Amino acid sequence: MIKRVFVFMMLALMAAMFFKLVANYQERDELSKLGTYYAEQAPAELGAANLVTSVIVTYRGLDTLGEVTVLFLAAAGVGLLLKPDNNANNGTVKPIHRPASEIVTTATELLLPMVILLGVYVFINGHLSPGGGFQGGAIIASGTMFLMLALPETHISRVMISFIESLSGFSYVIVGTLGVVLAGGFLDNRILPLGDYGTLFSAGAIPLIYVFVGLKVGFELSAILDRFRKQD
Amino acid sequence: MLNFLSQIPISSIALIAGLILILIGLWGMLTQRHIIRIIVGFSLMDTGIHLVMVALGYVKDGTAPIINDAVPLEQAASMIVDPVPSALVLTAIVIGLAVTGIMLSFAVRIHAAKKTLIIDELTDSKG
Repeated sequence: MIKRVFVFMMLALMAAMFFKLVANYQERDELSKLGTYYAEQAPAELGAANLVTSVIVTYRGLDTLGEVTVLFLAAAGVGLLLKPDNNANNGTVKPIHRPASEIVTTATELLLPMVILLGVYVFINGHLSPGGGFQGGAIIASGTMFLMLALPETHISRVMISFIESLSGFSYVIVGTLGVVLAGGFLDNRILPLGDYGTLFSAGAIPLIYVFVGLKVGFELSAILDRFRKQD
Repeated sequence: MLNFLSQIPISSIALIAGLILILIGLWGMLTQRHIIRIIVGFSLMDTGIHLVMVALGYVKDGTAPIINDAVPLEQAASMIVDPVPSALVLTAIVIGLAVTGIMLSFAVRIHAAKKTLIIDELTDSKG
């Protein structure tokens, strides 16, 4: 009973805090100074049409590197926690997989290449359209999920996953470091020519970085899904 | 009736919905006894925070911060919403996913060891 009172009090306090925010909230009429700066300078400076991408990959690129690191640590943590026990149930209890229905299997065969293609499209066009490395990677991982649903016995090579993952993470840092040598600083995208504004090969190193991020995120999330699936 | 609804600015709706989601998530985390439900509460709170952040970055009648034919460069600053909160939310979503993944794998471990996910039945693990 006393616990309920505490919970209620806490929620009421939170709500009171939020009420102030809502009551004083007014829709903004103009951008913040930082937003205005990005809107006016970023296209000329970096050549990327998508301002969110400019912020993520270049202006706040170090944060994104940290974000990729957190995701990597999470994948490593999941891998460590869900590592199959050697001494417990050594082969006595096999997980029973019910075969997927024909609808799921056929749909997967038909859709899997398209899902992967969409993921690649999303991360390659991250500087032009909504999307980017993380979103594209998530779409690729959903393709892996599809595969696991349709063919529960599919073997996914851990070696290949960790190889591609490490390679793309490593390349990301290399591209970032090249920015120090060839351009204005770490993760500067102007190590490559900016190209024609609004075309696929523009915005310097942004598409390149997003390809690495997309591959890394896609394979990392696939590895996490694979870890959750395998309990043998 | 619908006229009255259209008077409310879209960002206020997102803001209030986000704050309600935060409260529901917090309630879930504080009162539920099942670990998966606690994780669901965490995810709800996470989503609420994202909604609030995006709502605070909204500019009246703004559009997506992508410069193209519809949003010419010269008028971009007066047409788009703030790109900074969007970028922050993208980061926050990924971090939230990572944390959820870790929590779920802890849940799997707990279930493997104790065969239950109700936290009241896990008290013997203190000793």
